[in-house]
Amino acid sequence: MNLAPRLLYRTGLIAASAVVVLAFGCKHPPKALPPQPPAPAPAPARPTVTLQASPTSINKGDSSTLSWNSTDATQLTIEPEVGAVTAQGSTKVSPSESSTYKITASGPGGSASATATVTVNAPAPPPPPRQPSLDELFLKEVRDAYFDYDKAELRPDARAALSKTADFLKNYPQLRVTIEGHCDERGSTEYNLGLGDRRATAVKQFMVSLGVSADRLSTVSFGKEKPFCMESNESCWQQNRRGHFVKSN
Amino acid sequence: MSGAFNRCRLIFLCAFFSLTAQAALAQSEGWFRAGTGLGDTNKPRVAIADFAPRADSAKPHSSLFTQVVRDDLQFSGILEVPSPSFYPPEAPSVPAELKPAMWIDPPTNANFLGFGNVSESAAEVTIEAWLYDVRDPASQAVVGKVYRGAPTDLQVRKFAHQFADEIISKLSGGLPGIASTQIAFVSSRNGFKEIWVMDYDGSNQRQLTSLKSISLTPRWSPDASRIAFTCFAPSSGLTSAQICMYSMDTGKLVSFPRFRGTNITPAWSPDGTQIIFSSSMQGNPELYVSDINGGRPKRLTNVNGASMSPSWNPKTGQTVAFVSDRGGTPQLYLMNSDGTSATKLDLPDKGYVIDPAWAPNGQLLAFSWRRPNDNYDIYIMDAATRQLVELTRDQGRNERPSWAPDGRHLVFESTRGGTRQIWTMLADGSQPHQLTTGGHNESPNWSTR
Repeated sequence: MNLAPRLLYRTGLIAASAVVVLAFGCKHPPKALPPQPPAPAPAPARPTVTLQASPTSINKGDSSTLSWNSTDATQLTIEPEVGAVTAQGSTKVSPSESSTYKITASGPGGSASATATVTVNAPAPPPPPRQPSLDELFLKEVRDAYFDYDKAELRPDARAALSKTADFLKNYPQLRVTIEGHCDERGSTEYNLGLGDRRATAVKQFMVSLGVSADRLSTVSFGKEKPFCMESNESCWQQNRRGHFVKSN
Repeated sequence: MSGAFNRCRLIFLCAFFSLTAQAALAQSEGWFRAGTGLGDTNKPRVAIADFAPRADSAKPHSSLFTQVVRDDLQFSGILEVPSPSFYPPEAPSVPAELKPAMWIDPPTNANFLGFGNVSESAAEVTIEAWLYDVRDPASQAVVGKVYRGAPTDLQVRKFAHQFADEIISKLSGGLPGIASTQIAFVSSRNGFKEIWVMDYDGSNQRQLTSLKSISLTPRWSPDASRIAFTCFAPSSGLTSAQICMYSMDTGKLVSFPRFRGTNITPAWSPDGTQIIFSSSMQGNPELYVSDINGGRPKRLTNVNGASMSPSWNPKTGQTVAFVSDRGGTPQLYLMNSDGTSATKLDLPDKGYVIDPAWAPNGQLLAFSWRRPNDNYDIYIMDAATRQLVELTRDQGRNERPSWAPDGRHLVFESTRGGTRQIWTMLADGSQPHQLTTGGHNESPNWSTR
């Protein structure tokens, strides 16, 4: 800024005031003075203005504070949406999309402007529908085979269940499984270990007949040592008479 | 004795309808009493005087010694121990103090008297113990022993068992006493089924294995130096039932090969050189025989269904009893130890028949039988005549009998007290005695010596 014109302007005003005091402050009748040449009219200062946004980046629905300062302005306007404002101040804005605010300051000396941009972050895109994990698919799709008391032969419902299991395993050829043979509590520990072995083997052989490679299928018998259900009734016993699939890789 | 025996229920494979029940009982008592050594109805009465403490410090161990000897003799089933409350007030501490007449007279009515004394220092306990025939006071001591050892309860118990076994052996004409034998069993009291052992009277229970998986079916080797059992161990990346071998000498597992499939229920040959076990290593659960290191397994059976739970006749070595469900349900079969001539042991009723266990004499076979609409109970069969006695009845589930080496006692598991615990009884079903209380205990096996 060039200070010279302002200094001249102020010096002129002081000089003018002195003239007025001299002219009217005395009891003495004024004496006629020779007319002074008028001080030269000072040039009006050009307005200045600043505008800041804090924060400059918001999420949709949040707000940012615009703050401004100005000098030598008689009229200030922030666009868009805010309108006329005072010489300095702040206001909250909540734009729905990224916006550049412009403050225009005008006064006798002209006009000035400043801008501040508030960036509205795009909302996080909705997560894409999650793919179930292989473990979850395994639990959902793989069906166990249930057996009659004392039997290691596959019932029709067991064959249907194993067909579904075989379809799943054929879709995931990298999967290896262990087939656990389980029994209810009524036979002896020793007999049930043998029976559980025969159940697991029966399940494996049926899976192989459905086209699942034998080298993907291991068998183990737990007899009655790892029951699924601990009560002594038929519904519980049925839960425990099964060939149970476990992912082994 | 006969009262205890009347509690047994007798079943005949052949129906002798013409016989009255009483006649049947009389007829079967003969084979049964002869087979179990429980035949002598005129049992000697053996009083055990309070052993004399030589100082106050010896009092606890003299009481312990006296009590354990009395319990052992009472338990033996072949002699009577008169109640100590009938004893004369003065007990001899050495033979010079013995006044036989006091012990012969009623109410003690003793035939024999055991007595002695206990002295103890901080380093050692010394027990002098005698058995005299009080009806023949001029005779030498029947038993005279001095025991010296560490002054601990455990050691005093051992000495008491040894003294009791001496008495039983002398009075039975050489039958082994069992007071120093042990019982292996499975307990899950610490969270996993592990192999444990205890003294034959239930004292000194201790855990042998800490495999933290599932350990089952312990079987003592004939020399009691090893215990073979079913374990769950990794085999080619998969944890499955395998044969494990524990050495009592080293307190560690001995290596045993891993096989494919399910490998369970090891049993020893009577000479201790071979193991017979069930394995599905070739597909179906069959019986195999191998050396005791698992080498050269050879298949003995080859039928549909599963075969397991072999018991090798300890007397003849010729016959193996086992369980198979080849006929649809688990039943007992006998075969030659080379796998030939397998035949089913027909019983006069359907149901499950499991847990065969040969008596030391090789004539009687104990097993568990669940008859239709009934619980598991323990039976004894004479293998030659197929005559049967039921030893337990209406007292929960009773399974897995195992014979004591004296052939007079059985250990078994029972749910009669609400939880599964280990019990002993005389081979006629009398004197049931609970050995375990904590947690869940099963699958007992009595050491062979």
